[in-house]
Amino acid sequence: MAVTNKNKIRGQMSRREMFGAMAGAGMAAAIRIAPARATPASMKEAIRSVVGEAPVNKGKVHLDIPVLVDNGNTVPLSVDVESPMTPTDYVKAIHIFNELNPLPHVITAHLGPRSGRAKLSTRFRLADTQTIVAIAEMSDGSFWSASADVVVTLQACLETL
Amino acid sequence: MARALINVPKTAKRGQIIEIKTLISHIMETGFRHNSTGQIYPRNIITDFTCTYNGEQIFRAELFPAIAANPFITFFTVATESGTIAFEWNGDNDFHETAAAAITVE
Repeated sequence: MAVTNKNKIRGQMSRREMFGAMAGAGMAAAIRIAPARATPASMKEAIRSVVGEAPVNKGKVHLDIPVLVDNGNTVPLSVDVESPMTPTDYVKAIHIFNELNPLPHVITAHLGPRSGRAKLSTRFRLADTQTIVAIAEMSDGSFWSASADVVVTLQACLETL
Repeated sequence: MARALINVPKTAKRGQIIEIKTLISHIMETGFRHNSTGQIYPRNIITDFTCTYNGEQIFRAELFPAIAANPFITFFTVATESGTIAFEWNGDNDFHETAAAAITVE
C-alpha cells in the first residue's frame, strides 16, 4: 500500500488504510478458497468412468463416516442403500470415491438380489480432510449418491516410514 | 496360521437376512509411500474379494490402495439353504487366500 501523506513515516498506515487493507486481504482469501471446495477433477473423471453419461441423483444412499477422524490410516465407513432387494429391483453395485487420496477409487462392491440388504461396511484410508462420495448403481440403471465431509487429523498414505 | 477371520451365523431361518463379517491379515501397501532414501515401497494389495454361497457368487468387491491394512468387509445375504459359504481373496504378488464356513438353514 502506497503511503501518500509525506508527514508519515514510510510504511506506517492510518487506521482507514489499515481497514482497507484487511478487507482486501479477506476478499482475496475468499476468492482463493472458492475453487478448493469444488470437486477435484480426478474424482469427477473416476465417477464418469463408472456412471458414463447417466445422471447421478441425490438420495437413497446413507453414508456413515465419523465427522472427525484422529487417524486417517483406518477410518470406519458404512454405506446403506434403500432398496427392496427383490429379483426385479435391487442394488447392483456400490462405489466409493474420495477427492484427495492419491487415487480416487476406494472400493467397488457388486451385490445382487441375494444380498437381502444393500449394506456394506469396511475400513479405509484418508490422506487429507476431504469429501467422500458413495454411488449406488441400481438394477434399472439409475445412479444414486450421497457425500460426507471428513476432517482428518493424522493423514495416511503419504507418510515416510 | 489363520490369516483370515470370518463371522457367519451357524444357523439361520430360511429367508433370514444374515450379516457376514470378514477380516484378513494383509499389509495393503499402497505403492505411494517411500523410505528415507526416497525409494518407493512397491504396491502390494488385495485387489479382489469374492464370496460364494454353495458355489453361486453372492458378493464381490474390488479393492483399491485406499482400503486400510487388514481389510475388513461386512455385507449381507439371504440364508436360502444349508451349505457352505466360501470366501476368496486375490491380490498382488499372486496373493491367494480362501476360507469357508458352514451354515445350517432351518
